[in-house]
Amino acid sequence: VFPSEAAKYEKKVMVLDFVTPTPLGTSWGLGGTCVNVGCIPKKLMHQAALLGQALQDSRKFGWQFPEEVKHNWMTMTESVQNYIGSLNWGYRVALREKKVTYENAYGEFVGPHTVKATNKRGVEKLYTAERFLIATGERPRYLGIPGDKEYCISSDDLFSLPYCPGKTLVVGASYVALECAGFLAGVGLDVTIMVRSILLRGFDQDIANKIGEYMEEHGINFIREFVPIKVEQIKEGTPGILKVTSKSTKGNEIIEGEYNTVLLAIGRDACTRKIGLDKVGVIINEKTGKIPVNDKEQTNVPYIYAIGDILQDKLELTPVAIQAGRLLVRRLYAGATTKCDYVNVPTTVFTPLEYGACGYSEEAAVEKFGEENIEVYHSHFWPLEWTVPSRDNNKCYAKIICNIQDSERVIGFHVLGPNAGEVTQGFAAAMKCGITKEQLDSTIGIHPVCAEVTTKCGKSSPGTAEVKSPSLVFQSDTA
Amino acid sequence: MATLWRRRERFLGVLGRLCRTVRALSGKNEYDLLVIGGGSGGLACAKEAAQFGRKVAVLDYVEPSPKGTKWGLGGTCVNVGCIPKKLMHQAALLGSALKDAQHYGWNIAQPVHHTWSVMAQAVQNHVKSLNWGHRVQLQDKKVKYFNMKGSFSDPHTIRGLTKAGKETIVTAENIVIATGGRPKYPMHIAGALEYGITSDDLFWLKESPGKTLVVGASYVSLECAGFLTGIGLDTTVMMRSIPLRGFDQQMASLVTEHMECYGTKFLKRCFPTKVEKLEGNRLQVTWKNTDLGTEETDCFDTVMWAVGRAPDVKTLNLDAVGVKTSSETGKIIVDASEATSVPHIYAIGDITEGRPELTPTAIAAGKLLARRLFGQSSELMDYDNVPTTVFTPLEYGCVGLSEEAAVQCYGSDNVEVYHAYYKPLEFTVAERDATQCYIKMVCLREREQRILGLHFIGPNAGEVIQGFALGIKCGATYPQLMKTVGIHPTCAEEITKLHITKRSGLDATVTGC
Repeated sequence: VFPSEAAKYEKKVMVLDFVTPTPLGTSWGLGGTCVNVGCIPKKLMHQAALLGQALQDSRKFGWQFPEEVKHNWMTMTESVQNYIGSLNWGYRVALREKKVTYENAYGEFVGPHTVKATNKRGVEKLYTAERFLIATGERPRYLGIPGDKEYCISSDDLFSLPYCPGKTLVVGASYVALECAGFLAGVGLDVTIMVRSILLRGFDQDIANKIGEYMEEHGINFIREFVPIKVEQIKEGTPGILKVTSKSTKGNEIIEGEYNTVLLAIGRDACTRKIGLDKVGVIINEKTGKIPVNDKEQTNVPYIYAIGDILQDKLELTPVAIQAGRLLVRRLYAGATTKCDYVNVPTTVFTPLEYGACGYSEEAAVEKFGEENIEVYHSHFWPLEWTVPSRDNNKCYAKIICNIQDSERVIGFHVLGPNAGEVTQGFAAAMKCGITKEQLDSTIGIHPVCAEVTTKCGKSSPGTAEVKSPSLVFQSDTA
Repeated sequence: MATLWRRRERFLGVLGRLCRTVRALSGKNEYDLLVIGGGSGGLACAKEAAQFGRKVAVLDYVEPSPKGTKWGLGGTCVNVGCIPKKLMHQAALLGSALKDAQHYGWNIAQPVHHTWSVMAQAVQNHVKSLNWGHRVQLQDKKVKYFNMKGSFSDPHTIRGLTKAGKETIVTAENIVIATGGRPKYPMHIAGALEYGITSDDLFWLKESPGKTLVVGASYVSLECAGFLTGIGLDTTVMMRSIPLRGFDQQMASLVTEHMECYGTKFLKRCFPTKVEKLEGNRLQVTWKNTDLGTEETDCFDTVMWAVGRAPDVKTLNLDAVGVKTSSETGKIIVDASEATSVPHIYAIGDITEGRPELTPTAIAAGKLLARRLFGQSSELMDYDNVPTTVFTPLEYGCVGLSEEAAVQCYGSDNVEVYHAYYKPLEFTVAERDATQCYIKMVCLREREQRILGLHFIGPNAGEVIQGFALGIKCGATYPQLMKTVGIHPTCAEEITKLHITKRSGLDATVTGC
C-alpha cells in the first residue's frame, strides 16, 4: 500500500519483496503474510468450515440432500490458492501502474543509505535511497526440538498443503492455533490442540475460556499443560504418520501420540536479524527482535522507518500496518501531521465461535482503573438462526465494560457469536466517538440481528469477574 | 318502542355515571395500567410497569385473517413479522450456502430440493415457543393477561370480549393502546379478498404456496418474494411504481436489481385488475401494464397482497372517548410523550402516527413510557437515527438520511457522498456476483463532516449497521470513522475505508485484498 501511496506524490519508489521458503520448501508471491499465509486464506478456510455447519442447519430449514457429505481438501485449497494468485497478480499490476519499481529480491543494509538486493538466483544489486521503510514482518517460530523443522508444518505451509492434513495435532494457544484447529475440525478432521498454559494470552480470559469450551464441546480435543519434546516419523507419506512425545509442564509425566500432521503455532519471530540493521545502527530489541519506533514510526536512525508486525509494542494486524503506512507517507510527502491512532483498535478471532473485541479486556480494565471504578454489562444471546436447528443455546455472549468515573464511557467491547467482525466494526467506530453507556442504551436495535444485544446488556454483580449471572437468555424482550 | 329504547339508553348512561362516580368516590381503578395489545410495544410497556410494583393487565386478541389464520400472544413481530420472516430468509440464505459449499470443497450433489412443510413446521414451532414464553413471562412478572378483544366504554373503562362472546369490564388509571396494524386488502380489485392471502397467512401455510405472485413494493413484498425465490419457488413481484418508497432510491434499485439476478421476476409499473379462480384451485390474475398500455394475464398458485398495513383501531371504539386519529392514515395521533388527545390514554407502536413501524422502537417507547408513568423518569423517546434492515436476498441496512433527503434538507452543495463497490471475501471462492454490494455514506460537506446517513448492501447488513448507528448517535463524523481501524477481513471494514466521493466521478470499486 505504502509504495503506491508514496508514488502518488511523484516520489521514486522501489519495493523489495522476497519470501525465504519454509523448512519444507513452501513459498509464495507478492502481498505478504495477510494475503498469502494469513488473514485471507484463513478466513476462506474458516468459511469452508462455517459452510459445513450451514449444511447441517439447512436440513432443519427444509433442505434435503444425502446424509453424508464429505469435504475435499484439494478442491478447497486449489480455490483458495487461485484467489491468492489473483491477489498477487493484482499487486504486481498496481505497483506497475503506480510506477513503483518492484524487485523479487532479498534486501539487506550494507551501509548508510545503501541496500543490497539478492534475487533467487543469487544475483546481487546495490540500491541507494533517501529514506527506507522496513516492513519485513514475521515468520512462525519453531520449537527447537528434534524433528520440528523436518516433520512439522506451520501456518506458512498449511494454506497450500497439497494433501489433506488428516489427523492433526496443533501445538499452541494463539489465535493462529485456535483458528486453524477450528477450521480443520470444521471440515471434518480429527484435531487435537496441545496447550502449554492459557488460551489466547493477552485477550480477555473469560472470553478465551468460553471459546475453548465451545471448541471442546464441538469435538476438538485439548491436551493441557504439556509441551512436545520430540517428533519422529513413523511412516512416510502425504500425509505420513508422526509420533509426538510430550512432557507435562507440571511434573514428569510423558505422553505419546500419533498424528498425520503436526502444526506448530507457538508464536512468530520478527524478520529483523538478518537484514543488516547493525550496519546502519538501527536498534532492535535483542530479546524479541522487534524494532522500537517513535510515534511517527521512525527508528533511531532518522532516515529509516518501520511499520507492521515488526514494531515493538504495537498490534500485529494488517489494517494497523496499512493505516500506519498510509499516514507515514502522507506525513513524509504531503505535509500531513496525522499520526496513527493505535487506541481502541478492534480485532476479531475467527474461531468456530467468533470473537470480536475492541478496547480493554475485563482484567486489563480492572488493573488500570480499579474494580470499583468499572461497570461490566453483559448478556448471553441466542441467534435467531440457531433456534430452528436447536443449536448452542446460551453460548453467544456480549460484554461491555464502562468507566464509571468518565460518564460510564465504554472502554471495552467483547462479543462472542456469529459474524463477530461485522458486529464489532461499527462498535469500534462508536468507541472512537467516545460512546457512553447512556448513549448505547438510547440507540435503537435492529431486529432481529445478533448485534442488537449490545443495546440490551444488563449489569453483572459488581466487581468480581467470576460471579456473573447472565441476563435473561430468552428473546422475549426482543421479539 | 322508542320510549323503551331511550329509557334503556338513559339507564345505561346512569349506570355508567354511577360506576364512574363509585369509582371516583372510592378513588380506585382496578389496574394502574391496562395495555390493549400484546405485541412488541404492549408487552414491553406492561412488563416494565410491573417492575415498579404496579398492578398491570394486558389484553391481547387476534382477529383471524380472512383466510382464518390466527396466532398466540406476542403480536405481529413474533407471529407474522420479524421472526418468521428472518427464519424463512435464513432458509433461503442456506440454499445459497449449499451452492457455495461446493466451491469450498463440500461434495453435495446439485440440485438440492427444499420442502416447505419441514421449514414451516420448524418456524411455527419456534413461534409457538415464543408465545408460550411470553405467557410465562407475564405470569412471572405478575401481569394479568386477558385473551380478549378490548374496546373503550369510557376513558378509564375497557370492555373485553372473549372469542365465545363473554364480556369482562376492566378499569384502569392509565391505558396504553398498542394494537398495531394488519395487512390491507385492495378491496377495489375483484377477487382480492376471496382468493388472495397476506403475510398474516404466508408464515402459517402448511403446504407450499407454489408459483406465487406478490403484489406490492414494500419491504414486506420484497422480503417475502426474496425468500420464496430462494427456496426454489417461481416468484413474481408486481409493482405499481417505485420499490421501497421512503428508502434511499439508489439503494432500493440495487436491491431489486439483485433480486432480478437472483431469479425473482418483476412486473414493473403494473397493477392488478382482477383475480379469478380456475379449476384445480389455480388463480388467474389480470393486470394492466401502464408502460405498454396493455392488459396481461397469468396463472399462479398463490397471490399475496403486500400493499401496506392499516392501523387496528376500528373496534376500539375510540370515538366514545375522543381519542383523535389521523384522517389520512387512521393512526392515533400522539405527542412526544406518547400521550393521545385524552388524558391518561397513551399509544405506542405501529398504531401511532408518524412513528417508524419497527419492533425495537415500539419496545423502547413502551419501556420509557412506563418509566415516565411509574418510575419518576422524564426521558422521552428519541426517534431520530433509528437503524433498520431490509432482509432481501442481498440485505440492505441503513441509518439516518437517504441521499435524496439529505440533499433536500441541506442542498447538494452542502452534502458529500462517499461510496464504494466492494466484494465480500466469501464471494470470491464461491464465484458469486457482487455487482450490487455497495456502501454509501452521506455527510455534511462542511469541515466537521458529520455523518447524516449510512447505507450498506451486502451480507449481514444488520450486523454491520448496528454499531455504526451507535456512532451516529454520538454525532460521528467522517474523520472519526477514518481514524477507526478496520477489522480484516470483513465487509464492515470497507466503511472505514470510504474515500471516493460521488462528486469526484472516480471509479468507486475497491481494489486490493
